[in-house]
Amino acid sequence: MAVATIAAPAALAAPETDTRRYTAAAAQIAMGLVALFAFGLGSRTAHGADTTFGLTLLSKSGTHVPDWVFPARPAVVALALVCVLAGIARLAGRLSRTWRLASTSLVLFCFTFAFMAWSAADPKGGERLIIPSLLNSMVVAAVPLVLGALGGVVGERSGVVNVAIEGQLLFGGFMTALVGSATKNLFIGVVAGTLAGALMGLLLAVLAIRYLIEQVVLGVVLNLLALGVTGFLYKSLMQTNQSSYNSVTQFGTVRIPGLASIWVVGPVLFDQPLIIYLTVALVVLVHLGLFRTRWGLRTRAVGEHPAAADTVGIKVLRLRYGNVMLGGAFAGLGGAWLVGNVGNFTESMTNGKGFIALAAVIFGRWSPFGALAAAALFGFTDALANQTSSLQLPIPSDLLSTLPYVATLFAVAGLIGRVRAPAADGKPYVKG
Amino acid sequence: MSNRLKRILVGIASANTVTVTVLAFVLAVVIGGILMILSDQQLLHEWGYVTSVPGDAFKDSWHKVADGYVAMFHGAIYDPSAKQAARPIENTIVNATPLVFAGLAVAVPFRAGLFNIGGQSQLIIGAVCATWVGFTFSLPLPLHVLLVIVAGMVGGGLVGGLIGLLKARFGAHEVISSIMLNNIALGVLAWLISTKAFHDPKRQDAISKPVKDSALLPHIHGSSPEINLSTLLAIVAVVAVWWLMSRSTLGFRLRAVGSNPDAAHTAGISVTRTQVYAMLIAGALMGLVAVTQVSGTLSASHAMTNTLDNGIGFTGITVALLGRGKPVGVALAALLFGALNAGGRVMEASTQPTVPHDVVTVLQAIIVVFVAAPLLVQEIFRLRDVRRDGSGAAPSVAPATAVDSAVEPVL
Repeated sequence: MAVATIAAPAALAAPETDTRRYTAAAAQIAMGLVALFAFGLGSRTAHGADTTFGLTLLSKSGTHVPDWVFPARPAVVALALVCVLAGIARLAGRLSRTWRLASTSLVLFCFTFAFMAWSAADPKGGERLIIPSLLNSMVVAAVPLVLGALGGVVGERSGVVNVAIEGQLLFGGFMTALVGSATKNLFIGVVAGTLAGALMGLLLAVLAIRYLIEQVVLGVVLNLLALGVTGFLYKSLMQTNQSSYNSVTQFGTVRIPGLASIWVVGPVLFDQPLIIYLTVALVVLVHLGLFRTRWGLRTRAVGEHPAAADTVGIKVLRLRYGNVMLGGAFAGLGGAWLVGNVGNFTESMTNGKGFIALAAVIFGRWSPFGALAAAALFGFTDALANQTSSLQLPIPSDLLSTLPYVATLFAVAGLIGRVRAPAADGKPYVKG
Repeated sequence: MSNRLKRILVGIASANTVTVTVLAFVLAVVIGGILMILSDQQLLHEWGYVTSVPGDAFKDSWHKVADGYVAMFHGAIYDPSAKQAARPIENTIVNATPLVFAGLAVAVPFRAGLFNIGGQSQLIIGAVCATWVGFTFSLPLPLHVLLVIVAGMVGGGLVGGLIGLLKARFGAHEVISSIMLNNIALGVLAWLISTKAFHDPKRQDAISKPVKDSALLPHIHGSSPEINLSTLLAIVAVVAVWWLMSRSTLGFRLRAVGSNPDAAHTAGISVTRTQVYAMLIAGALMGLVAVTQVSGTLSASHAMTNTLDNGIGFTGITVALLGRGKPVGVALAALLFGALNAGGRVMEASTQPTVPHDVVTVLQAIIVVFVAAPLLVQEIFRLRDVRRDGSGAAPSVAPATAVDSAVEPVL
């Protein structure tokens, strides 16, 4: 990012390895102790309460899988002790990079699982957490984030910062609803939404590349523009005439025979709307494209050192135009997903998802799979907050809903640390 | 033609800041007008048969657009039919005041190379602190107001400082941590106003207790919505930020870090500490927005609701850009945006069929796009290049300009 590249010199910022180790170990032990005392030894898991995990997705047909029931307290206490032990092990000696990662992942997994086991614990046996619906809402929440982040990755790898993902999602969704309702055809609507995203991408590209507007600020302004235009037209056209301007059919699911009957995860992953498969395919394609093809090599060259790329005959500006429009199309598709998922457009329905996608771009270190992982993390914590809010936890639901943001904040501060953007990201290229 | 007059005319026809801003405004008004026509089904129908009966479409479109903008003018500048002629101007100033603080809160860190997109969180936490002080203590008037102002600044400053600290200590990207903190603050706000400590027991809806009368900003001029102390504070803030940025040591450090962190580091300036200071100042300024929201006149209830921030954190970014990061520029930009907001509300209320207030958002975005792209305005209106004198040949977009504006930061 333009502003982001202005970071402190590395030598100054790099913390002492020992300090870092003690901090990590202390955090792991603290998480273990929280899990032990708040979850494991709290009143919720007292009196021989059992944890019940439902394993059948209620909304879909499929084989019924019996609930998974286990005693809450021993399980949560054991998980908490694993966290504490991992922390002590980390304190004891220096670990290699792989082991450090393994230790962190183990603690995060155990803590999350302890939280889930605690939230689904009930002495009377009424409360249950349905794992497939948790995973399903994770997938649904992650799709627009993945698509938006993918759009950001493609643009920023070529050196154009895209803060306008939010606006591209919003405008894509709006055009999907408008065209999809006018033509009474969701597919045409989705195509229109994708094109609308690409159009927003073109606007960003022209203003950033041709007219050299500072790109971060430009993104914010384009978001404002999309918010204003869609809000204005929503109020003056759609609201008065919902049926003819703002009503599309919802996406139908496509069941992949065989795979869809896999135990528990099958119905979640292989009985979904086509766009979900397309999203996964796009992540793989963009990854292969960026790192295995001539286009990808050129994109990265232009994003790192446009003058050098120009010298060897790569058309810098043309490549940037193409990439930013492609990125806009991805985000537009994400907007189409939001509309097709519920059947209509509502004012400012993206609700900051574009900014989360932007965070996923940076968090995932400008790589497609990184963006996917970041979006999945966000989707999972979001789903966890949603699904556990009905379980009458002693945590207020308003605070629980901040869980995905808190988790991302901790992940960014604790796990990821300083990231390095493509060197020419946000810097306009002027020949001469 | 005398030489002097010629020079003035050439000056107007060149792409200087004032000309570009005025023309950007004109272009935005034209595009806003087109949007108004496009949104009216009756007009769209008339444009369908424009080739056979052109009169209908042109006349009605003109009326639609003219009515909208005249209503906006009445709401923002002057309304000849109103009893109090100064009322629209007062509305404009009241609307502009929080935007001055918000614009400065984005401009200061921008000069230090940081993008403050976390205004929402700073504003909300500032408001929480200010409101708590406002309804908890019973103090004599000037003391209580002072304490509320300080509380708001401390609350906002803490969040701003936290963003700076996360970047300095852990290398967390300020854009990500800001976005996350915005959402966390929204959740915390929603939770707080449902708790016993904050929720107003007299109300069923989600609203906090109102601040006491002694915590309200004393009004200076006019009746409700009146101009109050916050407008004076805004003027003070503009002067203070001007002094800070161009006269103080800290301001010099901020600018040094913003323009070249490596060079600043070599010169012995602590980059991380300077950036933390920049975010602290930004947060405190956003806290002042919170004070105008809670103890000022914009919210009639003088209490916190879930929509307390009203998007001002984000509007601040556009205000800062339009003002080119300069304190006086920010104040002027805030006045323009305040006028558009005040006018937009009157327009929405008085036009039939309603022209939604959102057209103001579109106008603001378009003005900023054009102001940020002087090259674009120059091309559309075939203006002379600002760096050439009148004797030069017909201006085209010289490559030199392109390089200059690429190097010069927009803010």
